[in-house]
Order: sequence, then C-alpha cells, then structure tokens
Amino acid sequence: MSIAGRRAAFLAGAAVLVALLTWGFAGLLPGRPAGPTPRVGDLLASASGPDRHVVDPVALVGLDARSLDALVAAFTVVAAVAGTTLVLRARPDEWAGHALDFATGRRVPPTSDAVRVLGLGLTPPTVLFGLYLVTHGQLSPGGGFQGGVVLAAGVLLIYLAGEFEDLHGLYGDRALERGLAAGAGGTVAIGFLGLAAGPAFLANALPLGRTGDVLSGGTIPLLDVVLGLGIAVGFVALLTTFLHQAIVLRPLGARR
Amino acid sequence: MTALGTIVAAWLFAIGLYGVVTSRNLVHLVVSLSVSQASTYVLLLAVGTRAARPGPPARAVDPVLQALASTDVVVAVVIAALLLALVVQVHKRTGSLDPDALRRLPE
Repeated sequence: MSIAGRRAAFLAGAAVLVALLTWGFAGLLPGRPAGPTPRVGDLLASASGPDRHVVDPVALVGLDARSLDALVAAFTVVAAVAGTTLVLRARPDEWAGHALDFATGRRVPPTSDAVRVLGLGLTPPTVLFGLYLVTHGQLSPGGGFQGGVVLAAGVLLIYLAGEFEDLHGLYGDRALERGLAAGAGGTVAIGFLGLAAGPAFLANALPLGRTGDVLSGGTIPLLDVVLGLGIAVGFVALLTTFLHQAIVLRPLGARR
Repeated sequence: MTALGTIVAAWLFAIGLYGVVTSRNLVHLVVSLSVSQASTYVLLLAVGTRAARPGPPARAVDPVLQALASTDVVVAVVIAALLLALVVQVHKRTGSLDPDALRRLPE
C-alpha cells in the first residue's frame, strides 16, 4: 500500500476512533452524571497507616493490595530481557572482536578525563540513591521498580567513564542470570510465604513493625528488595546485551 | 479528572498512532509507539487526581491509579527495548530501516 493510501486508511479509521473516544471521555469529564465514586483508592489510602503500618499508600497498592500486578510486571521484565538477549545473540556470520569503541571513517577520541571523573564520581551516589529508593518504598515514593532502574543507571555510568570491558569485568553472564532468577523467584517465594503463613498467595503475612521504620509493612520491603534486584539486574542485562551488540560483535568480513 | 488531562491523553494517543502508521523508519516507529503508550500514563494520572479538597493529603490522589501508572512505565520500557532489539536485527538482515523493506523477507 502506498503512503498516501495508508494515510487515507488511517484517517478513515481515526475518524471512528475519535468519535468513540469523545463518547467515552465525555462520560469521564467532571459535571457529568457518572456512576458511584470509586472508593477503593480512598479505602486503601486510609487503611495504609492503621492496617499495614505503611506511610506510602502507593506501595500498599502496588506490593500488598495488588501485589500480583508487581509479580506479573517482574515476569514481564524477565520475559522481555530473555527475548532481547535471544534476538541479539551472535549470528553464525558474526565474530566477537575487541571490545573497543569504533566508528567507520574516523578515529574515536579517547574518553576525556572530565567524563571519567564525573562518571566515576557519580557512580557511588547513584548506587546509594538506588539502594535508598529500594529500601524506603514503604515510607516515601520509590520502591523496587524505581530504585532498580536507578541502580542500573549507576552501572551504566561505569561504562560511560571507562570501556565496555571494565563494565563486563565486574560481573559475568552467569551472575546476571542468577540475579534475574533470584529477583523473579524471590517474588514467587514471598508469594508462597503468604500462602503458608497467611490466607492467600502473596498475602502480607510478616510482622508489620512500627509505622515509619525501615523494617515496617510486613512483606512490602522484602518484595521491594527482590523486585529491585530483579529490575536492576534485568536492566543491566539489557545494557550489556545492547553494548555487546554494538561494540563487540562484527560481521565476518570486517577487519577489526 | 480534568478536561486538560483527557485532551492531552487523547492527543498523545492519536499523534503516536499517526506516527506508527506513516513511519518510514523503524526506530521512529518504536518511539511513536512509546508516545502513544505515554497517553496511558497521562490518562491514569488524570483519572486519579481529584480537585483539591479538604481532607488528609493522602486523598488528593488515588493510589490505585498511581501504582498502575508505575507498573505501566516499567512494562513500556522493556517492551521498547525488545522492539529495538528486533530493529537491530532487521537492519542487519536487510540493511534498511524502512518498514516497507520488510515486505519481502530474505531467506
């Protein structure tokens, strides 16, 4: 189909979509007679403190009331990382060259001292901030998903300050596999803990602690830690896969 | 729920979809899809935000929709990574990033 024909087909479909969206959104706008006000959010927000000793109601929803969502999200990450690694595997007509930055037609300038100092200097605070976010999800905005991404960003800074081999020397592919498996498997293990010691899968079955403490909220900080591990390792695996693809793998004909 | 949030969400969804349909470059297509996905964050947060009203601060927003939005972000990012990995392989196999180059797959 030509680009003009494709655009015409899209505009015809979009007209129907706009009509449906206008109809649907009109019912959401303020001032319209809607159904009963949703009370679940209010109930959970007011129950987070007294019932679960949690300060951040979003953590209560994400990791306690709807903790199955977090489990599914963690396995989505595992599946996507596995798929990306599979798609970007070395093909038979490729070989692994030296892990050095290269560009066709010009010399790659060495990493400047300013970038090295800034990258290495920012790594410890970034990792510390990531650990803080992971462990304080029940007290303030943050948690395993958010902190895990920040932790992975700290690892990426090592690559920016040095070379791919500096980064890849820190961990092997086995460590990535085990970390990802520990993150996803740990979530399931905490789920079975809820089944063994409590009423249901992923139920919050641990002592709740005192509101405001780091160790409060039962299984919520535990889930934050395993999810943070899984997400951090998953994103580091993604970074490693893409960097390996861009820097190490070469077609068979290439010299370097 | 505000009219502005609804309009922005609908606009982001439509403009992202338009980008996907008319794309001439697979990287552009993945970014357009991300723009389209961003409309769901705006819509979730717009639905979950109530007008300022008296009461404890925890009730200014609906935590259910905030939690949904944060899950949404994580999934969107890893899906974009998977799609970009496919784009890398398409470029290696066909030497082109044009979606039309995929019409005839090489053996």
